[in-house]
Amino acid sequence: MAQTLLRTPLHDRHVALGARMVPFAGWEMPVQYAGVIQEHKAVRADAGVFDVSHMGEFEVEGPRATELLQATLSNDLEKIQPGEAQYTLLTNDRGGIIDDLIAYRLDEFRYLLIVNAANREVDFAWLKEREIPGSDVRDVSDVYGLLAVQGPRALERLGLPEARQFTFAEGELDGIECMVNRTGYTGEAGCELLVMAEDARALWDSVLERGAVPCGLGARDTLRLEASLPLHGNDITQDTDAISAGLGWCCDLDKEFSGAQELRELKARGPERKLISFVMEEKAIPRQGMPVGGGGEVTSGTHSPTLDRGIGMGYVPVASAAPDTELAIDVRGKSRRARVVKRPIYKREE
Amino acid sequence: MAASESYPDDLKYHKEHDWARIEGDEAVLGITWFAQDALGELVHYEPPNEGDTISRDAAYGEVESVKAVSDVVAPLSGEVLEVNAKVVDEPETVNEDPYGDGWLIRIRMGDPAEVDALLDVAAYKQVVAES
Repeated sequence: MAQTLLRTPLHDRHVALGARMVPFAGWEMPVQYAGVIQEHKAVRADAGVFDVSHMGEFEVEGPRATELLQATLSNDLEKIQPGEAQYTLLTNDRGGIIDDLIAYRLDEFRYLLIVNAANREVDFAWLKEREIPGSDVRDVSDVYGLLAVQGPRALERLGLPEARQFTFAEGELDGIECMVNRTGYTGEAGCELLVMAEDARALWDSVLERGAVPCGLGARDTLRLEASLPLHGNDITQDTDAISAGLGWCCDLDKEFSGAQELRELKARGPERKLISFVMEEKAIPRQGMPVGGGGEVTSGTHSPTLDRGIGMGYVPVASAAPDTELAIDVRGKSRRARVVKRPIYKREE
Repeated sequence: MAASESYPDDLKYHKEHDWARIEGDEAVLGITWFAQDALGELVHYEPPNEGDTISRDAAYGEVESVKAVSDVVAPLSGEVLEVNAKVVDEPETVNEDPYGDGWLIRIRMGDPAEVDALLDVAAYKQVVAES
């Protein structure tokens, strides 16, 4: 039986623009409009806009909201003030990654968490089960639309001033109120605009009017892979841990949270394998699940429009994880050379 | 620029969205407009080797877009005489000109009688309409 796909408030806009719609995490989402490569290049050169309204939003509130989140999220929330945000992990008892998310500190006792669409229900259930008196977790995903506007000219096109990454403020665009978050998933400058669902279409129209190019999930994937940003479900999962994934920097191992002890032990003995980024040295496109010679596996792969060659991420034994190490990727039975590179593969010029 | 939809009259077609242009005992093979449109911008072409033998209805190469990889199915059997090097270097040529510069291989047919089993343009358009 066909499952009914959810639609974002911008569904009719995507269809009108001629987007190719595909199922993604239970949602009907645009994978491309004019073409993945064109959209990718628009974000690297100018500005693109992505409908990411499928992502989940939770509000966590109460005098003990911080205590609840400190016990469930890996990063130290005491490091951020109201108006600041933080990349963090929701971890299970084994130190596995339930989800990666961004926590926004709205005020002393109130947080907004923006989580992956595919994990919304699992995350919510996990947090709900661990609620303590004086903390309240609410799924407010349906209240909001979310637009990511990314690229070197994104802020200029929106008429927004520069601001420090991982900060946010109440703002407006052409009279439409929104929360302006200095975050993104492309490796470019830009912001993410959180807007009331009923205002999402007007905001989208404004952003397009200001010259941002509509971009789909296809370009979102090539952009994030060039920026070496992991995708939950591919590169990080409930069965992989932050230390092996190179995400130890967002785990405060001096505090207690689910799986902290397991991560401390893993860090002390050293992980057996590491998540690395690689670039193909031969013409071939790596794909998820392809074996890597010497006992590794590709977790994400694509064609890089910027480099015009195959790139990917994957886990390899620690001995093969250093930049410049040559790898052999099994591309449907043919061995193709690749090289481990320093992350990120693509870094914008400051 | 991507080409606009077309299916030339002078070609023979295979239901897996491949075309063949018959030239004496040789044939030039490629993928149809429908196939390249479904894949999106091509970024990789994995061709057979010149001299390889290919078999009707079996894969002889692969084409890849950013998101997907697809086998290219042989509409006819034969020996590979030539691989289109331009498409190896610039796979997007297939999107721009699927029936011209975007051809994939030239073969010497192993069994010219196989041509009779291919679809004409009207029959292939029916396949497209039902896809």
